[in-house]
Amino acid sequence: MQSTNHPPIKAVPLRHPFRWAVALFLVLSAAAFIVDAAHRSAYDWKSFRKYIFDTRVLQAAGVTLALTALAMTFAITLGISLAVMRRSPNPVFRSVSWLFIWIFRGTPVYVQLVFWGLLSTIYHSFFVGIPDIHFNNFYLGFHQAISQNFSLFWIAVIGLSLNEAAYMAEIVRAGLLSVDAGQEEAATSIGMSWWATMRYVVIPQAMRIIIPPTGNEIVSMLKTTSLVTAVPLVTDLYARTRDISAETYNPIPLLLVASAWYLAFTTILMVIQYYIEKRFARGQATLMAAAS
Amino acid sequence: MSSTAPREPMVVAEQVHKSFGSNHVLRGISLEVSRGEVMCLVGPSGSGKSTFLRCINHLEKINSGRISVDGTLIGYRENNGKLYELSAREAAAQRAGIGMVFQRFNLFPHMTALQNVTTGMVRVQGINQSDAEIEAKKILERVGLSEKLGHYPAHLSGGQQQRVAIARSLAMRPKLMLFDEPTSALDPELVGEVLDVMKELASTGMTMIVVTHEMGFAREVADSLIFMDGGVVVESGKPIDVLNNPQEARTKSFLSKVL
Repeated sequence: MQSTNHPPIKAVPLRHPFRWAVALFLVLSAAAFIVDAAHRSAYDWKSFRKYIFDTRVLQAAGVTLALTALAMTFAITLGISLAVMRRSPNPVFRSVSWLFIWIFRGTPVYVQLVFWGLLSTIYHSFFVGIPDIHFNNFYLGFHQAISQNFSLFWIAVIGLSLNEAAYMAEIVRAGLLSVDAGQEEAATSIGMSWWATMRYVVIPQAMRIIIPPTGNEIVSMLKTTSLVTAVPLVTDLYARTRDISAETYNPIPLLLVASAWYLAFTTILMVIQYYIEKRFARGQATLMAAAS
Repeated sequence: MSSTAPREPMVVAEQVHKSFGSNHVLRGISLEVSRGEVMCLVGPSGSGKSTFLRCINHLEKINSGRISVDGTLIGYRENNGKLYELSAREAAAQRAGIGMVFQRFNLFPHMTALQNVTTGMVRVQGINQSDAEIEAKKILERVGLSEKLGHYPAHLSGGQQQRVAIARSLAMRPKLMLFDEPTSALDPELVGEVLDVMKELASTGMTMIVVTHEMGFAREVADSLIFMDGGVVVESGKPIDVLNNPQEARTKSFLSKVL
């Protein structure tokens, strides 16, 4: 009915021939690469198909996923605690948090993983140095307990989480800073404690800022797990595929196998992140519209 | 509202000083607000009105002097003439009894109108969720928002947001309400609905201190009016007297600009 009085604009849309040309070129190049790769013997797709669902590879992929999930769970928990401590009115908390971040962000994760792998050796010799024989026996027992029961897997998890926690703390801190100071004042004025203010008012709003870079960190962690060989843990996806290729003398298809699994997991994580971001956009008119 | 018998004081401020670094914002504020009184604080920006308001519920620590609300010293406990700083928990309990409404509303954007009102009851007073909701619905109805319970702040007008903010404070059953320029951030046509809620509140006998530029509200509702400038009380009295017949040159000059 409106159109009778106000006819919609009929105009020739702006053309973008250059975009089309570039897109066509890129699609053709990609197609050429794929066709070439499909026939190139070095990629050895037959081996790829043989190993992609190999039991050892599947188990290793499970280990990589478990390492990622556990390390990130601990890192996020610890990172939030560190960031909150950093803002605490208590100077002891603030200093501890600063020191932790300084050390764990300031040294390479590979070095840290080697260090954690050697920890029981360090503390073994340290405690043996204590002259009291009873203590000596006690700590030797402790050392044995650690090296026997405290598996390399858990050392890897701890090593990865402590390093990642330092990064997560900085991400969370940026998120907390993004929340308007008026929010904390309003919560304080209705008598909320400092912790309740953080827990129910500041952190939920900071999540919106925290989640995208955290998704990035999870994806990054998925691949950082390939460094656990430094511990040395050799059951993860990359170490296992490398071990298999050491037997077959055929590294390329197994690199492709590992890459395919890393890529698949990353894709799943991206989908999950999309839904989490949508949930934490509650109350944000523009973001909700954009997400739906 | 109008004076009957001599009233007991709700707020007593004695020689309050506050500095931010070298900026001496409050330079000896002394005043008294009786139970049930509505006091308006007016003055040019930077005169220290908002800072004083924030000192009353200890959002800012004062450097000198003392403030007490309902006979209790704010921020400190006095024992044998010595002051002891209150613990965070004690300070929070004091604030819960003093409602504060901000210029920029400061509603929690991730909570609906209803959740904004219930959250203090649940997290501070320990009331269970369903009882808190029943009570919150009554309060939101009182401020005329029973239709907007499930709306997030982003989907409410400024006037509606400020009324939710008032409801959020009222939910804590405060004995004193502080308003920090509650209508300054509002579009002109939305000012009235907020002032109406404040008038209704005043008529129920709530003690209120209102920092405002709404001289009409001050004239109509306030029992007393304080004119502040440069961190001191320049002039005070009944609103009609101060507004119609200012004595001090600074008051005259300010009123000539805003009236």
